Amino acid sequence: MADNTFIVRIKRRAAPHESVRWEEFEIRYRPHMNVITCLRDIAEKPITRDAKGTTPVSYDANCLEEVCGACAMLINGYPRQACSALVDNLEKPIRLEPLTKFPLVRDLQVDRSVMFENLKRMQCWVPIDGTYAIGPGPRMSPEEQQIGYPLARCITCGNCLEACPKVNSHTQFVGAAIINQVRLFNMHPTGEMHSRARLEAMMGPGGIQDCDNAQNCVKVCPKSIPLTESNNEINRQVLKHAIWDWLNWSQGPTERSEEWKRTGIQK
Amino acid sequence: MREPRIIVVGGGLAGLMATIRVAESGVPVQLFSVVPVKRSHSVCAQGGINAAKNLKGEGDSTWIHFDDTVYGGDFLANQPIVKGMCEAAPAIIDLLDRMGVMFNRTPEGLLDFRRFGGTLHHRTAFAGATTGQQLLYALDEQVRRFEAEDKVHKFEGWTFLSAVIDESRVCRGICAMDLRTMEVRTFPCDAVIFCTGGIGAIFRQTTNSVACTGMAQSALFQQGVYYANGEFIQVHPTAIPGEDKCRLMSESLRGEGGRVWVPRKAGDNRPARSIPEKERFYFLEEWYPKYGNLVPRDVATRAIYKIVFEEKLSLPGMNAVYLDLTHLPREMLDRKLEGVLEIYQKFVGPDPRDEPMKVFPAMHYTMGGLWVDNERQATNIPGIFAAGECEYQYHGANRLGANSLVSCIYGGMIAGPSAVKYARNLEKGCESVASSVFDAERSRQQETNDALLNQQGTENPITIWKELGDLMVEHVTVVRLNANLEKALRKLDEFSDRFSRVNLADRTQWSNQTLQFTRELGNMLILSKVITLGALARNETRGAHYKPEFPERDDKNWLKTTKASWNGGKIQLDYEPVDISLLPPRPRKY
Repeated sequence: MADNTFIVRIKRRAAPHESVRWEEFEIRYRPHMNVITCLRDIAEKPITRDAKGTTPVSYDANCLEEVCGACAMLINGYPRQACSALVDNLEKPIRLEPLTKFPLVRDLQVDRSVMFENLKRMQCWVPIDGTYAIGPGPRMSPEEQQIGYPLARCITCGNCLEACPKVNSHTQFVGAAIINQVRLFNMHPTGEMHSRARLEAMMGPGGIQDCDNAQNCVKVCPKSIPLTESNNEINRQVLKHAIWDWLNWSQGPTERSEEWKRTGIQK
Repeated sequence: MREPRIIVVGGGLAGLMATIRVAESGVPVQLFSVVPVKRSHSVCAQGGINAAKNLKGEGDSTWIHFDDTVYGGDFLANQPIVKGMCEAAPAIIDLLDRMGVMFNRTPEGLLDFRRFGGTLHHRTAFAGATTGQQLLYALDEQVRRFEAEDKVHKFEGWTFLSAVIDESRVCRGICAMDLRTMEVRTFPCDAVIFCTGGIGAIFRQTTNSVACTGMAQSALFQQGVYYANGEFIQVHPTAIPGEDKCRLMSESLRGEGGRVWVPRKAGDNRPARSIPEKERFYFLEEWYPKYGNLVPRDVATRAIYKIVFEEKLSLPGMNAVYLDLTHLPREMLDRKLEGVLEIYQKFVGPDPRDEPMKVFPAMHYTMGGLWVDNERQATNIPGIFAAGECEYQYHGANRLGANSLVSCIYGGMIAGPSAVKYARNLEKGCESVASSVFDAERSRQQETNDALLNQQGTENPITIWKELGDLMVEHVTVVRLNANLEKALRKLDEFSDRFSRVNLADRTQWSNQTLQFTRELGNMLILSKVITLGALARNETRGAHYKPEFPERDDKNWLKTTKASWNGGKIQLDYEPVDISLLPPRPRKY
């Protein structure tokens, strides 16, 4: 092996039902390389280390600056973005595998649409009346903005789900990324008016009760989002909501609807 | 009344806004995107979005925003539509704020605004330094809400291949490919809105995302849609050079006080911070005292080229200049710019709070794009609309920073309703078009795939692409010389010839990214020629188009829009006058 080369080992599968194979590639080293440049080198010259012709490796990538979330994979066993994984900082040989908690498409490509479906199920949006010019949005203190903005930087990469022991084939756990979004919309002045629906969804299957506080999520988040804080906050909100509901159930229906009128919450 | 069928291709800011507007009017939308829409290139926009809200007591107005935009674009934009955009911008900010965008706030709880290039006013609203991401997410959430109500049906992981155009030259649908199954299928509709973004992949060394290939624009051009002002390519002054991509270092860094400099003495290799103030050359501030570091991008980029290539004052060991933030308060940097600083740290290493960044210009944006009319975002083929970076009309010869997000959203807001109106007024809908029209287009596209998959060639698509990028960056970006442009055209013909002998290393029918890339490359080659031919023809200097042999703007001969068309396999250039009814052109001197 020449001095200015290094080895990349890739776990490959041509399609979900095809068998797994590992392939090794010898890559010519240049300064500032990342895992994406390795994969592009292979695409230009798809020949394995033992001189066998193969196909270019399938993978997802778009922005290449760690803000679109596309290129998450296991790099030396750790879930992270391929674009910001610099070759200089990685132990060699570099080992690339697809994320394991999502259905495989091909090679390093997986299908993370379940995350978008769960955002839908948890109603992660501010329900505006329409796009017409009807004046400014609600005021917000700089302090609130400084709490909300970091939560809003989630790139839906799926690393937190990959690292979570409770995201597996036996649970429907939605994972920290989604819980964090529920927190974001529950704290927005307009979003908060509809927090009840989100909390009820969070009390359902795959909701907050599935989190057992392993705290792996926060360690693998590329955007350093305070995910465990979000989990705790939603846990607190769900508990409060459940107790409040239970207390109100012990009141008569009239009092209950009075309370809802006062707080503007519709069941 | 029959329900119109609308398709939107592209799910960045423009596409999502168009989708929302169509869905809001009660018409269902099919939304196609190569990537999950939340991963579209709009996420990369950093600094902010312009709107003259005048919240800083500076006497800003939508008219001044309009004037700055037209002047910044060197008077090449049709003025009434630009005025419309600037007037709509404050309400667009309000709308985004209502959608929950976490814009930075003032102590009073109002939106904060920062300075940006090409203006003297605080006009740019921002959410940290990831404004595009925050805006895209807000629109993505609204679209998801419509999706939950069954008003939007997404086709993510599909690529557009061609429009279905009937014998009367009316668009009746699209032909698209599922990037997993590689199935080629047609989708009938009454109107299509294209919001397919930029073309950066043509230059390879770009700040653009992987998906910004211009494939759809090029395919439409080859089907008869005009392509306007292709020669106007924005090169952003400050990016981190890189092999896989150049990472943008936002103009907001300068908007918040960042300064660009080089050591006065060539080859000075002392650590940046140890170089005394008087031995630093703040060339933008010296050359442009009024705007300083916030001159428009074309001006700043040419200044950096002059420093590096003519004055030979580049930083030791690499073509770069310093972008210095080290004199600014850390708390402010963290609160307003963290997203960008984080990119520098992750991809280069040093903390820009402690050490000046090393940056160099990189291809960033296309001012040119699909030709659209001045009112409806409609192209010259009935039923085809366009909005966002893929069309040409808001930025003239140079775009001002933080105007792209507002032009995307404004374009989408107009395109949505105008497509609905067009579709409702159609005499016959797509369902009455003969199925043979769709079958013919599907077969044509399938045959292209089959030919590529079966041919045994000698050329590698990635190798051709790398050479294409090098060629375009060298000859068709900042400095344009006619002899080099002619040479580039000959090279492009050579590339086309080599492309005809391309060999696919993957011939499978499941998630074959090589096939997709090769189709993109074929389209990139055509668009490269449109850009280069336009640049060769335009013998003047205007905005981002700089020809040292013709160093002045020439309004007498060139105050006109380039309109390229595809004439039986040949590119033809025509020109049309620019609407200057509101602001008479004046010399552009910053």
